Amino acid sequence: MELDVFHLFLWEPIAFGGTFFELNRVVLLMYISALVTVGFFWLGTRRQQLVPKGMQFAAETGYLFVRNNIAIDIMGPKGAQYAPFLTCFFFFIFFSNLLEILPFVNFPVTSRMAIPAVLALTSWVVYVFIGFKRHGFSYVKDIAFPPGVPWWVYIILTPIELLSTFIIRPFTLAIRLLANMLAGHVLLTIFFLFTEELLLHGTLLQKPIGVLTFLVAILLIVFEFMVIVIQAYIFTTLTAFYIAEAVEGHGEEEHAQEEHAEPIRETELAPA
Amino acid sequence: MIELAQEAQASTGDGLATLAGGIAFGLAATGAAIGIGNIFANAIQAMARQPETAGQTRTTMFIGFALIEALALIGFVLTFIL
Repeated sequence: MELDVFHLFLWEPIAFGGTFFELNRVVLLMYISALVTVGFFWLGTRRQQLVPKGMQFAAETGYLFVRNNIAIDIMGPKGAQYAPFLTCFFFFIFFSNLLEILPFVNFPVTSRMAIPAVLALTSWVVYVFIGFKRHGFSYVKDIAFPPGVPWWVYIILTPIELLSTFIIRPFTLAIRLLANMLAGHVLLTIFFLFTEELLLHGTLLQKPIGVLTFLVAILLIVFEFMVIVIQAYIFTTLTAFYIAEAVEGHGEEEHAQEEHAEPIRETELAPA
Repeated sequence: MIELAQEAQASTGDGLATLAGGIAFGLAATGAAIGIGNIFANAIQAMARQPETAGQTRTTMFIGFALIEALALIGFVLTFIL
């Protein structure tokens, strides 16, 4: 039995077919999730009041979550300057992944390699650029030869460190997001297909199994929501950690305990 | 006859590739399961011994979980490639 799976990956264009700006279903959903991200914060910041309510409260809570729990916890008090950048990552990935459990869409845009690859590439460019800006050309030397080990360890440590920082990190960032979303999407697809086949086209004995698969599919949707939040959080946290390591170099663990004396954790944003 | 033999060899090759993909994912899932069990066991112990740091412990637990799960899911994606 020949299984031609690859026709599933050919998206027919909706507009501008064949060009670089081709609109097909994936690209359209990506634009929609980007618009939702921008719109979420734009709606939250117009007509600002001192006591936030409604959309402003939601936007502020989201931003403060990233600022306190990700930027300041990982990078220390001066990590707050990276909070807007990390908020963009977090909410774009969150809304893109959320399309997976949205009822009539059911397609996570991050399950196609283009988007996690570009996000990981952006993160990589940012932390390498920050590293070079802070330390100049000795950034590579600091990574390749971390201080405090005997000289013969450098023979295996240096290739591992260089490979890990410059090649493996963006690769695993992209693959982690991609594989989680792909696996969740495939699981949901399998269970919903089974439900449809058994309930609607099956014999009478197969219908209870169809009900069972339907219940499992509902449980999987709840589980997928947790995976969505965790994957967005992990991507943002790891980006923050890589930026922190690029800023401070490898002595970060010892310095961090001294500098974490008083992180600035605001519970409300100052009125603009 | 030769075409049948060639087709048998091709389908055996495809069958072996599918089997390899399945075994790959099984081994990846085994390692990941052991690692994740370790992480959660130690996190539960830490949260029981010192409940004040439960928040920070829970955060670190989720980070460790995602890092290990990535390896298991790379194996899962490999099954589709092979």
